[in-house]
Amino acid sequence: MLRASLREVSGASPPGEPPRRGEGAPRSGVAAAAGRARKVSAALKEGHVTPTELCQRCLSLIKSTKFLNAYITVAEETALKQAEESEKRYRRGQPLSVLDGIPIAVKDNFNTAGIETTCASNMLKGYISPYNATVVQKLLDQGAVLLGKTNLDEFAMGSGSTDGVFGPVRNPWSYSRQYKEKSVPKSHSEDGESNWVITGGSSGGSAAAVSSFTCFAALGSDTGGSTRNPAAHCGVVGLKPTYGLISRHGLIPLVNSMDVPGILTRCVDDAAVVLGSLAGHDPKDSTTVQDNFKPFELPNLTDVSKLSIGIPKEYHAPGLSSEILALWSKAADLFKNAGAKVIEVSLPHTRYSIVCYHVLCAAEVASNMARFDGLEYGHRSDMNKSTESMYAATRREGFNDVVRGRILSGNYFLLKQNYENYFIKAQKVRRLIANDFVKVFGSGVDILLTPTTLSDAVPYMEFIKEDNRTRSAQDDILTQAANMAGLPAINVPTGLSERGLPLGLQFIGQSFQEKQLLTVAKWFEKQVKFPVIQLEVKRHDHGAFQHQKSASFS
Amino acid sequence: MRALRLGRWLRTAPGAARGAGEGRLPLRVPPARAVPTAPVVSPAWVPPRPAWQDGQQRPAPQQKVTVEVLDHLENLALVDFRDAEGVERLQKAVQFADQLHEVNTDGVEPMDSVLEDRCLYLREDDVTEGNCTNELLKNAREKVEEYFVAPPGNIPLPKLEERDTFLQGF
Repeated sequence: MLRASLREVSGASPPGEPPRRGEGAPRSGVAAAAGRARKVSAALKEGHVTPTELCQRCLSLIKSTKFLNAYITVAEETALKQAEESEKRYRRGQPLSVLDGIPIAVKDNFNTAGIETTCASNMLKGYISPYNATVVQKLLDQGAVLLGKTNLDEFAMGSGSTDGVFGPVRNPWSYSRQYKEKSVPKSHSEDGESNWVITGGSSGGSAAAVSSFTCFAALGSDTGGSTRNPAAHCGVVGLKPTYGLISRHGLIPLVNSMDVPGILTRCVDDAAVVLGSLAGHDPKDSTTVQDNFKPFELPNLTDVSKLSIGIPKEYHAPGLSSEILALWSKAADLFKNAGAKVIEVSLPHTRYSIVCYHVLCAAEVASNMARFDGLEYGHRSDMNKSTESMYAATRREGFNDVVRGRILSGNYFLLKQNYENYFIKAQKVRRLIANDFVKVFGSGVDILLTPTTLSDAVPYMEFIKEDNRTRSAQDDILTQAANMAGLPAINVPTGLSERGLPLGLQFIGQSFQEKQLLTVAKWFEKQVKFPVIQLEVKRHDHGAFQHQKSASFS
Repeated sequence: MRALRLGRWLRTAPGAARGAGEGRLPLRVPPARAVPTAPVVSPAWVPPRPAWQDGQQRPAPQQKVTVEVLDHLENLALVDFRDAEGVERLQKAVQFADQLHEVNTDGVEPMDSVLEDRCLYLREDDVTEGNCTNELLKNAREKVEEYFVAPPGNIPLPKLEERDTFLQGF
């Protein structure tokens, strides 16, 4: 089991053996998937692999998967240094934690000291932050190795990871055997170059990085579903914690009342490990709660008969694909057959949640983006006639259409004549949405089970036919309400679509009940045994495998 | 309780070719001749139809946003619409937001934060960090000694007629 989990990172067979192709029933890879970070951590402790080797393998894999465009910045030197430090600690027998030496990636809207933070925008190109975001600092303090910053939609606005200045992120599943087998090429020359699918967004880079094995965990952010949406499309676990549980200090804000750092991993156990190292009060973020947080290990649930699962009827939104509906139905059956109570519930204001989000988001964005004026940091225009004209020129040059559009809409909703009708109205509707959840959970339901997305990932060429706002309105519809109410939610990859692409289902839990949420998610993950991606990629590293044309990572 | 083998059945997508031995597991209808040893469980309920139709009850489009308001927005936001598409984007955004008016919010208080039931705390007014002038100045493009340099202030943006903006010809 240890060997399997490490092999999947290194892609290398033991010396002397021929490379394995198409190897392994998915089951063996998935068996290693459970508790993956812990297993690797154990391997590091016992010296089966060193942090430096692990780091080098991941860096090499990043190079091999460069076409995915998942990373904006790869911090090779600092990562290797961190890995060396970690190695010294392991030799002394003093690892800092379970995460010591584990390679991770961070979405590029978290401040990282000494490493460029761009938010995929011209406004912050070349910006080197003087401090680490609290969550980044916590991971580094535990010994994690920061491989680099991942790609996103500009300023995390979008649901496809297609609108950043560094280009769109490609879904690793576009290059999987599972997808290729199911897609009908229109001509011989078409080899995934023109029909690659999107990752979803806005944390697409982080999801792609985890999905393609370049790191063990990645940080994303979740304001309207930005962690769960790409998690569903890339077949990874995406956790949105309760608002107020994890510090937002250093996360470049989009909507202060809804943003949370998100966690992307390949299994639920790993998500619990990362959550354990990040959660807790931060004096630098006054919106974190002061409750004592105790990291937990997830129990192996065997008896779900005491569980009550709610199926909200409004989550069959217009446009939900029949595949996902069937999957949702099977999942509900799964719980029912295992003895849990599965009941229909109603969240009547669901259909307005996306409209409410649209208004509140634009309003808060208008306020949060006001800090970008070119004076203290970021891009500055050459225009020098007056402060106002310099600000205007800087912002014209620095922001893309999407960001400017939201700023202008936000300002419209905040105009004196519109404030009551739009902004205050949206805040009232927000309370109604939050109350819907309170009523449902108050009636005895423990967890809600819903789809995460309306369909599997669409090809990029199709996705860009509609504009960003339309897409966001469509794609965030199922994930967004959890942000309104501040509730924890998680995407668990559940099955493959007819096109061979991942489909995920979402569990929404009660405030600060992450342990219960993750326990149920872990049980469900064990039942569905989501297949491991059979990624086909040219090897990059030198040495014995230089001549190898491709290697499968099973 | 007898455990049911459901794993592989969930992995295959509906309609996909099934390998030998990976047949449908009879969850709901036991084979005619076999005597079920466990009670048949009725399927769990999921909503069979969409809860609403797209485009249903969309309010009539409001009046278009006037040039004066567009100009005012450009001044407030200090970003430009740039082209007709930008203006259209705003019109669509407003039309989308108008759906909110369908909801009855009489007697409902606006919600600022989901943590409204908790107290905001204060810490002691002690200086715990700072003295990082150099780090902070590093990221600024124009600076002199310890100052950020800005162009002259108190000069309002030129009026619409004199400004180089798309709205001029609007």
